[in-house]
Amino acid sequence: MMSTTPAPINPSSSAPAGEGLYAITSSRVHMPGQNGNGTAKREAGKPRPSDALPNATLIKWLRDMILIREFENRCAQAYQQAKIGGFCHLYIGQEALAVGTINSLNHDDPIVTAYRDHGHALARGMSARACMAEMFGKSAGCAKGKGGSMHMFDKPNWNFGGHGIVGAQTPLGAGLAFAAKYELEVMKRSVDGGPAKKKVALAYLGDGALNQGALHEAMNLAGLWGLPVIFVVENNRYSMGTAIERGTTMAHDLKQKAVAYGMEGVHIDGMDIRNIYDEFKPLVDRCRENSRPAFVDLLTYRYQGHSMSDPQKYRAKDEVEMFKSRDSIALLEQHLLTERKCVTEADVDKIVAECKAIAADSADFAESAPIPAAEELFSDVYAEIVPNLSPAATYVHGEKNPLL
Amino acid sequence: MALSSIDFTKPLPAFEGDRVIQFREALREAMSEEMRKDDRVFLMGEEVAYYNGAYKVSQGMLEEFGPQRIIDSPISENGFAGLAVGAAMYGLRPIIEFMSWSFSLVAADQLLNNVPKMLYMSGGQWGCPVVFRGNNGAGGQLGSTHSWTVEAMYANVPGLKIAIPSCPFDAKGLLKTAIVDDDPVFFLESERMLGDKAHVPAEPYYIPFGKAALRRGTWSGERDSDVTLVSFGRPVNFCVEAADELAKDGVACDVLDMRTVRPLDIDSIIESLKRTNRIVVVDQCWPFASVASEVITQVCERAFDYLDHQPVRVNTDDVPTPYAKNLESEYLPHKGKIVRAVRSVLAGR
Repeated sequence: MMSTTPAPINPSSSAPAGEGLYAITSSRVHMPGQNGNGTAKREAGKPRPSDALPNATLIKWLRDMILIREFENRCAQAYQQAKIGGFCHLYIGQEALAVGTINSLNHDDPIVTAYRDHGHALARGMSARACMAEMFGKSAGCAKGKGGSMHMFDKPNWNFGGHGIVGAQTPLGAGLAFAAKYELEVMKRSVDGGPAKKKVALAYLGDGALNQGALHEAMNLAGLWGLPVIFVVENNRYSMGTAIERGTTMAHDLKQKAVAYGMEGVHIDGMDIRNIYDEFKPLVDRCRENSRPAFVDLLTYRYQGHSMSDPQKYRAKDEVEMFKSRDSIALLEQHLLTERKCVTEADVDKIVAECKAIAADSADFAESAPIPAAEELFSDVYAEIVPNLSPAATYVHGEKNPLL
Repeated sequence: MALSSIDFTKPLPAFEGDRVIQFREALREAMSEEMRKDDRVFLMGEEVAYYNGAYKVSQGMLEEFGPQRIIDSPISENGFAGLAVGAAMYGLRPIIEFMSWSFSLVAADQLLNNVPKMLYMSGGQWGCPVVFRGNNGAGGQLGSTHSWTVEAMYANVPGLKIAIPSCPFDAKGLLKTAIVDDDPVFFLESERMLGDKAHVPAEPYYIPFGKAALRRGTWSGERDSDVTLVSFGRPVNFCVEAADELAKDGVACDVLDMRTVRPLDIDSIIESLKRTNRIVVVDQCWPFASVASEVITQVCERAFDYLDHQPVRVNTDDVPTPYAKNLESEYLPHKGKIVRAVRSVLAGR
């Protein structure tokens, strides 16, 4: 189990204000949640919104985070055994981010994310089996084995996918918000014929996507048209091996990027899930109520390499250790053990054991699941098949997706 | 709505008639009819609303449908193409106007990665029913960057359907089909043809994709033509001009208007070829790996024994589009080139 005691960040490592690029390098360990820069200062002893949540909710969060970690550990193993092919980007270290933000939403609020997407899929309710089977290239996978690690799509859970090209998912997020707003204001009913609701879309992106044109076009459209979309930067400080300040202007104060697009921008410490909920949930509520976009710099850290093939020469081991000392799972666990006193060490051990079992089961399931039938190569290319679409291929309607 | 809701066995209304309107009005009718029927359909693009369309295709639509369905976008092709992908996945039916398909190139990632592949990547969970439409091909001396013909490039990608009307009648009937199709459709118009006038029936009608139209020639059995001319979009009109000129010398041409290049009605091409044994394919893309190359490849694969002469293609010249009027005119697959090509395949007969 995760028994590391959370340690506070060194407060002397705060970001410089306008001291230029070189000064920013020292902000690598900057945690706005700790020094109040951009995050509302919390007075000691003042109740937090998450304090009002029942114990069961926080225990569920803990469980969701542990499941993601155990699942990812099992993925790493399967990748090393060559059961998973292609690219595989693990979410270990960032668990609080997906679980905290998704639990600030309604189930039918649409989300879209990038390629480091297993955590979001599980947090949104995809079964570990469907997620693992996808990576094993099996027909029981969420995309029938046609997508792979970077393409976790889950229609019943309003997860509009993991996307492979950096930043390309952000205009889709604006489109999801556009559609929700259109339902409400133009159609006055949902596309399925039910009542229209005020919704918020989340478009997740890594800090590497901050410099893609697609994001800036999407943010301009969202600001211009008042689209209820939140651009959630999963700021793990590295776009692959490039530290954020080596590739991104204003890295010490990313919320300035929101100003230019007329939307609210906030920094949130993403290692502490209670803090995410406290800061993010009210923002979601504001965006929903006022039909406005927002931009969130959510500070997090990935413990593993960018992908499974990354030797991580670009960062110091003590930096990784420093973040591990504020591990999100350990933080919440400590809170539940010592402050809420709603779980015991034995309870946590039990959760860990259950999650390990789910992860192991998902791999066993994926291993024994059938590979896609040969004709699936030619299905799902066209929704409406007419003659002569291809000189060589005969397209077919394939098996129904296992999630539908 | 989906294609399955349309009865394509019903004959199309008469091609000839006296309800003469412009090509752009036919496009507008198609969009307006579908928007009245289905409130999930909206039109977005640069200058489509308050400016009434850069080329007046959407003139008056803002007045009828309001600014929430006729939406002026900023110059952000990648942004609004991607927005359309998200909106379509959610369940809306976007029509996205590119002022020029030349500008679609800055949205290439969305158009090539997301639009055609979403259904496949998601294992059939989500398709991407968007119609992208706008001007394609050389306009009036617009220079190299504004004169793209994109059909060869986009037709290479599985998952897309590509329609290229050549006349107002087809503009309406094909665009209506494109809007109800559950697959993404790239709809290529021509700035040079938007003012073309012809009869367009007032009634709603849907032209099926993958069914060519015979613009010249007859398959009645009286007399087979001497050569098959295959084309799509604006060059169909050059083919008709060439066929009419050749007819004066007693040369009869089948002019086949493909209407869509993906699907490609290869069956009709071969049906005509079996009668003529000679084929010329006219295409306003550059020759290398063009739609014409594809047509000829398929002809060779499927009807090699019917050929009495090697197939010949007429493309735009293989250079960037020039500005000077005389050079631009020569660059296009014009009547003179087509006549020469036809005579070359008939030589020694």
